[in-house]
Amino acid sequence: MAVAKSQVGSKAASTEGRKVAASRAAKSPATSKSSASKSAGGAKAAIADFTKEQELAAYREMLLIRRFEEKAGQMYGMGLIHGFCHLYIGQEAVVVGMQMAIRTGEDQVITGYRDHGHMLAAGMDANGVMAELTGRRDGYSRGKGGSMHMFSIEKQFFGGHGIVGAQVSLGTGLAFANRYRKNDLVSLTYFGDGAANQGQVYESFNMAELWKLPVVYIIENNRYAMGTSVVRSSAQTDFSKRGASFNIPGEQVDGMDVRAVKAAGERAVAWCRAGKGPYILEMQTYRYRGHSMSDPAKYRSKDEVQKMRTEHDPIEQVRARLIDKKWASEDDLKAIDAQVRDIVNHSADFAQNSPEPDAAELWTDIVR
Amino acid sequence: MPIDILMPALSPTMEEGTLSKWLKKEGDPIKSGDVIAEIETDKATMEVEAVDEGTLAKVLVPEGTENVKVNTPIAILAAEGEDVSKAAAGGAAAPAPAAAPAPAAEPAPVAAPAPAAPAVAAAPVAVTVASDPAIPAGTEFVAMTVREALRDAMAEEMRRDPDVFVIGEEVAEYQGAYKITQGLLQEFSADRVIDTPITEHGFAGLAVGAALAGLKPIVEFMTFNFAMQAMDQIINSAAKTHYMSGGQLGASIVFRGPNGAAARVGAQHSQDYAAWYSQIPGLKVIMPYSAADAKGLLKAAIRDPNPIVFLENEILYGHSFEVPKLDDFVLPIGKARIHKTGKDVTIVSFGIGMTYVVKAVEELAKDGIDAEVIDLRTLRPLDIDTVIESVKKTGRCVTVEEGWPQGSIGSEIAAQLMEKAFDYLDAPVLKVTGKDVPMPYAGNLEKLALPNVGEVIAAVKAVTYR
Repeated sequence: MAVAKSQVGSKAASTEGRKVAASRAAKSPATSKSSASKSAGGAKAAIADFTKEQELAAYREMLLIRRFEEKAGQMYGMGLIHGFCHLYIGQEAVVVGMQMAIRTGEDQVITGYRDHGHMLAAGMDANGVMAELTGRRDGYSRGKGGSMHMFSIEKQFFGGHGIVGAQVSLGTGLAFANRYRKNDLVSLTYFGDGAANQGQVYESFNMAELWKLPVVYIIENNRYAMGTSVVRSSAQTDFSKRGASFNIPGEQVDGMDVRAVKAAGERAVAWCRAGKGPYILEMQTYRYRGHSMSDPAKYRSKDEVQKMRTEHDPIEQVRARLIDKKWASEDDLKAIDAQVRDIVNHSADFAQNSPEPDAAELWTDIVR
Repeated sequence: MPIDILMPALSPTMEEGTLSKWLKKEGDPIKSGDVIAEIETDKATMEVEAVDEGTLAKVLVPEGTENVKVNTPIAILAAEGEDVSKAAAGGAAAPAPAAAPAPAAEPAPVAAPAPAAPAVAAAPVAVTVASDPAIPAGTEFVAMTVREALRDAMAEEMRRDPDVFVIGEEVAEYQGAYKITQGLLQEFSADRVIDTPITEHGFAGLAVGAALAGLKPIVEFMTFNFAMQAMDQIINSAAKTHYMSGGQLGASIVFRGPNGAAARVGAQHSQDYAAWYSQIPGLKVIMPYSAADAKGLLKAAIRDPNPIVFLENEILYGHSFEVPKLDDFVLPIGKARIHKTGKDVTIVSFGIGMTYVVKAVEELAKDGIDAEVIDLRTLRPLDIDTVIESVKKTGRCVTVEEGWPQGSIGSEIAAQLMEKAFDYLDAPVLKVTGKDVPMPYAGNLEKLALPNVGEVIAAVKAVTYR
């Protein structure tokens, strides 16, 4: 499996940052967790500080996702993007922190339908993602997949799946392939608090622990499965314990703090690479927008959303630290902001100007 | 009164077996629950327990006897107080119901009028399929069961490609619930022959994930009835990913196992999924009848880069056919086989449906009706061209399958013939199918629910106006 050789545009710098982080992760000893434990909950646990480069990389990556999603939402409103479109705004620290803990382009990543952030974090080209959202021929799936179905073999991103929970078995299979090939790669398998109640998740947990498969199950608990809050849908709301009956260790992580995510990700990945089997990370996060574009999110109060935005925003946390430590000035951050907006605006132009797929594409790629 | 001990049926589809060993000898006292003999079928070795008590008066079938039909008396038991020598001489007047629940009037209560296995199927007129690889002159043909053909196909492909592995319930240590994976664990180790928990949805998804990562899984479903649990992964994840990814990513994976009615296992275990899977773009669907096709097409399926549903049949597992002895016998997917040429009517079937057709054709010949028989072998892509060419010649078509009538393979063929060969038809296309009911358990009802030879003959006579 080749390491991704080309990086998209100005992403090279941040990828370097990831490599540094990954090599450190490999050296740090695995923290042995024999049972589910609560280690986070409010970012109060001791969390290793980021270096300046890491903070800047995380800031930029998270901002790219946020701006991209805002633009996607805007374009949906303009009738340029159709169908289902699930925005990731609010959850950016989860994918960015986890990506810092793995080897991009080697370790596999798979997720459900709220997937734009995962793709961007994995280093997929914003143009290709946005063009897929508009259903154009330069999209990652040549316009035939849409928001929920994009893939990149180069980045080892395996989608993009529309059936709640299906990616959990698939991601377990990616880990199975690693074990079969006797390499030390890890599958990052993301799913939500809603998917965590699907039966095949537990079928997968059982096999993953039974066969010691290198898979990190990342449960993005954004508190709502569509419109149903976790307390209304889940008998056990501590998702880090969901693997307990299979002896899979789990942790609750402050998913709004990219440093906490990265640190937990490194523990989990090291556990898997060491051949100890799967690991569960419950990322306590929050989505600011509705489940999909058509969801007015009336099942929660505006105050609740506002409180998360003002007190826990993942990007603002990094921004405050950068300013506080004088690692970046307001002008420096504005420059990053401008750079990110450029990428996003360019992707929007690109996605609108890319032609629709040729009619002949209807009949291609059915079998190979 | 002396009691006949009968050859028991130890599985729903068992018709005969080998009496491999007597554990009691004549004169031994027998208590109910004693293991008195061992029986070997093509699937397993099993013990025969005594139901009645008494003394083993006479062994009627010596150990080592092969092909002992179910319900054949194998020994005589003298009841307590009876004269053993008298019992041995006279035998029992009638099988004691306590010893053998199977009624004697009806031969083995097997649903399908399947020929006694392992019988070599009547050799069809040798018809070469243009697309099949030429079999070199002088090639040796060996009689082989469908079961052996499937196992050999997997073993050969596993030797050829280290990315091929088998995963499913009881495939490894148990040697396969239907013994299709016999010996694979010993040759390829537990790394490549993988027993799963009973968790179809999960292991099907896991296998699809492994396929997306580039491996080539063979997923055995103990039966396709259980694959309904995994339907989402087969269709949404395996069949659609290549399209949804714009051709970037796909799954080279085979889902295989017995499909359709076995015998007397009731509605939940007796469904033919041929038409269901054949509807899905992105899948290829294969349903072989003969051992040669089973071998050549399973090898092709394992090599194919697409997801394949490979529908086998439990009753056919024990049937023997002539298989060419070649190092690498691979058949093309998507090509029908003309089983027999004829000029009066085209009969289209596949899988176990062929067993009715083969018998019907013999009967029809006696009435001077010369039928052309097409074994579809692959249901998707459907080789409609071969059917059309035949209908152009015969002007008549009958389809035969065990599945339900609505939306059946026969329905599809009828519709396509109407679109593409309407002017050649001299009679409406008729379908012989399973009845539109869940499969009943009772032996007589199950027989009624399945197609039979008489129905095939009647349909052919109807379209030929005889």
